[in-house]
Amino acid sequence: MGPAPCLGLLLGLLALPATLGQRSSGSPINSSQPQSFAIVSFKWNHVKDPYIITLWILVASLAKIVFHLSHKVTRVVPESALLIVLGLFLGGIVWAADHIASFTLTPNVFFFYLLPPIVLDAGYFMPNRLFFGNLGSILLYAVIGTVWNAATTGLSLYGVYLTGIMGHLDIGLLDFLLFGSLIAAVDPVAVLAVFEEVHVNEVLFIIVFGESLLNDAVTVVLYNVFESFVAIGPENVTGIECAKGIVSFFVVSLGGTLVGIFFAFLLSLVSRFTKHVRIIEPGFVFIISYLSYLTAEMLSLSAILAITFCGICCQKYVKANISEQSSTTVRYTMKMLASGAETIIFMFLGISAVNPEIWTWNTAFILLTLVFISVYRVIGVVLQTWILNHYRMVQLEIIDQVVMSYGGLRGAVAFALVALLDMNKVKERNLFVSTTIIVVFFTVIFQGLTIKPLVQWLKVKKTEHREPKLNEKLHGRAFDHILSAIEDISGQIGHNYLRDKWSNFDRKFLSKILMRRSAQKSRDQILNVFHELNLKDAITYVAEGERRGSLAFIRSPSTDNMVNVDFSTPRPSTVESSVSYLLREKAGPVCLDMQALEQRRKSIRDTEDTVTHHTLQQYLYKPRQEHKHLYSRHEIMHNEDEKQDKEIFHRTMRKRLESFKSTKLGINHSKKLNKIHKRDRGQKRRNSSVIPNGKIPSENPVQDFALKEKDLEFSEPEDSNDYETLHLGKGVDFLADVTKQNFTDTPSGIDNPVFSADDGQSVYMKFSPWLSSEDTVVPSQRARVQIPYSPNNFRRLTPFRLSNKSIDSFLQADGPEDRPRSFLPESTHM
Amino acid sequence: MGAAAARPPPGLGALSDETGLSPAALMRLHERFQALDRDDKGHLSPADLQALEGLALNPLCERIVGAFFPAGAQRADFPTFARVLAHFRPAEGAPCEPGGPSSPGSKLRFVFELYDLDGDGQISYRELLQVLRLMVGLEVPDEALAAVAARALREADRSGRGTLCFEDFAKAVERLDVDRRMSIWMLK
Repeated sequence: MGPAPCLGLLLGLLALPATLGQRSSGSPINSSQPQSFAIVSFKWNHVKDPYIITLWILVASLAKIVFHLSHKVTRVVPESALLIVLGLFLGGIVWAADHIASFTLTPNVFFFYLLPPIVLDAGYFMPNRLFFGNLGSILLYAVIGTVWNAATTGLSLYGVYLTGIMGHLDIGLLDFLLFGSLIAAVDPVAVLAVFEEVHVNEVLFIIVFGESLLNDAVTVVLYNVFESFVAIGPENVTGIECAKGIVSFFVVSLGGTLVGIFFAFLLSLVSRFTKHVRIIEPGFVFIISYLSYLTAEMLSLSAILAITFCGICCQKYVKANISEQSSTTVRYTMKMLASGAETIIFMFLGISAVNPEIWTWNTAFILLTLVFISVYRVIGVVLQTWILNHYRMVQLEIIDQVVMSYGGLRGAVAFALVALLDMNKVKERNLFVSTTIIVVFFTVIFQGLTIKPLVQWLKVKKTEHREPKLNEKLHGRAFDHILSAIEDISGQIGHNYLRDKWSNFDRKFLSKILMRRSAQKSRDQILNVFHELNLKDAITYVAEGERRGSLAFIRSPSTDNMVNVDFSTPRPSTVESSVSYLLREKAGPVCLDMQALEQRRKSIRDTEDTVTHHTLQQYLYKPRQEHKHLYSRHEIMHNEDEKQDKEIFHRTMRKRLESFKSTKLGINHSKKLNKIHKRDRGQKRRNSSVIPNGKIPSENPVQDFALKEKDLEFSEPEDSNDYETLHLGKGVDFLADVTKQNFTDTPSGIDNPVFSADDGQSVYMKFSPWLSSEDTVVPSQRARVQIPYSPNNFRRLTPFRLSNKSIDSFLQADGPEDRPRSFLPESTHM
Repeated sequence: MGAAAARPPPGLGALSDETGLSPAALMRLHERFQALDRDDKGHLSPADLQALEGLALNPLCERIVGAFFPAGAQRADFPTFARVLAHFRPAEGAPCEPGGPSSPGSKLRFVFELYDLDGDGQISYRELLQVLRLMVGLEVPDEALAAVAARALREADRSGRGTLCFEDFAKAVERLDVDRRMSIWMLK
């Protein structure tokens, strides 16, 4: 269905609220008595209010659908701009229909209903580690930056006013300062809306994002202070009042934060006990967070800070405590509310603009405001960055500063604040309102439109024009991974000391109170894996991770994935279509890699080249530095990173277990017992009846239990002298030799996790190592994943094989049946 | 930890000359070394490094950890630690001898040695394939990967031997800004 009929339908629908609105005001009240029983009646007044609200929401949502029908438009124009234009259009219709501006964005509706979901969404999905790691910078920009913007803008406007260019206005210095304070704040709604389109690096993102959230405290304080100053009159403003203003800043901000933290604590605590009321679990998140917002508002503290910190602090515990489905529900609902609220905000911004009563035009004022806020923003950012770069590990470069300055958008918060002004106290309120509207429109539309090309231009300028060759891509990616690792090792990222202290505190006290027992246990096991390399727990974790994260990780073993990218026979058509499919998919956000690919696609005739580049492009693991799509209003990120992380993590853990074993075994012969022990435990965990020599376990079923009891110290490879020698007989020696051979195989073989020996599983999978070493095919990791614990189901798994060498795993699956079924290791262990 | 952190490691001056790191940077590294050394053993074990969460999610983590423990050693003392990390000092803007540990050449050599497992000074096709396999998702079929590796080798191998020597490798990546991509500012 093309855009045109949709537009027509939309227009028709749009007329509806307008006319209905008119009908409500226009229809005379029928005061005469009804004559007879009316079977049906038209009870418009009865449903008027909810009906109109719902209709507007419907219109906004339909508008979104219509916008996204055209990829070309949405790629260039940010959605927020489109919504504003739509709002203007609708406002025009309403105005034309009945010369009343019946719908405006009232501050109450905005502050009570539209803003909280957005801020909660921001807080709940905030990448905490990044946020707190950059908190210093964020605070600097939020506090000092906003104060700077407010002061300079206000004072400059006042200065210009004194020169008389603006003509005569009923304004004093305080009014200008008030205006400056409300126009200075960078708006979270607008910033996010635009930054989603422009993928920037994570540090930059979090700084702008964090700044837009935290500057609320400053804005609230400045606004209130100056408003009351204006009310009490300039002559009464003494030093004491100013001092009070400064104190109120600290009270408001810290108080708001504390309120948020308190409610986060409450929420986490409540979520701990909701095991039996899973259906309403998600509700608690919203209710308690909203309460934090309202409570802070009631106490005249910063409500945005409260709800932000409520979201930030409760994330971890709530996510650990509530069930998987509840977590999904919470995520989706939050996104839906936030996205919906944002849509409505922008649309109503447009509509509210069509209100000639408020329009006061003063060219100088408006123009100068625009100029001043832009210029002072740039100056402020440059100065602060210069100061910060002395203290920061990761420097903020010129391009970052450009994006930060240019991305300082004003939005609905400014508009709502200005609409709150009292005409009696602030005489030139209408002028302020008009100016604010123009500023908001300008920043959102113009800056939103142009920021993407700007970033592109700057980035592309820095990078080479020649597309990178294969080796450069490959080794470049390796460099990135290496650098990530070295950064981790050298502790460059983040303030580790504080973070360690915090995580200790958290582990010892907070988590015990706020997290469910089961969640604590699994989390503790993860820590054990990290710290102790305790074999049993490592395997448990792997299994747990596979079980829990299974939806994303265990993808259906269908040929779907292979169909899209068919590399086995690179026919040009397939390759071209799959590449173009990819290009179309990624058309939305700026993705310079894809552009490079596009260029290469045009210039390279060689199909093989395209295939290899395409392979790398699509499948290379991303290093940490590349922009993770950290936050999105409009999508739930079932991110590729999760899958990548899981794969890498599993592979790493397996390798560690291997190498760990091999260091113990390969070096020291006497430790073959550990090997058996570990292998047996591995077997027990995996519950496979397949072992290299089926005879052995049936000889020693008792010893297996005995082995299980021995909790040997695995963590310290050096201190391994205190093992009891167990009498296991010659079979054990044979096994030892056999398995030792397995491990020495691995380093030299091609390190393919699909085919590589896996620790706990390989020994049983490589069931005939004396026959063949490298040709033995082990089912791919995904196939293994699906192997359940009880041996009875083993046979069922034959269709689930995922490796390319199809028949081999049939052999595999057939293999275990030949083994003596008498050995059932799983029955008693774990 | 406070008292220990203040004590400078022995041989600081010599280490500073050798690695090219400033004494202040070495002190920072020493603090980090002590923080990583969880049981205050005075040296690092592989488990200490592997305990870092971010590292477990890095495809090349095993290789990199291996770089700190050459030849299967289980202990890494502070000079070893510092020497490895010295490779990542930003070379630009600092007085840099061409052969110093932080020069682009030695950065490349560090990477080369990560690839070259058997230490013969050549990256064979298999070694390249291994590294590639590490860095790529599981769903990539072997044929595709083999094609990629073969092509990469072909492009870089100038001598036609089928393996890459260090010079080939360096030439292949000469366009990349090695210094920028393999430096951490902390060490400046």
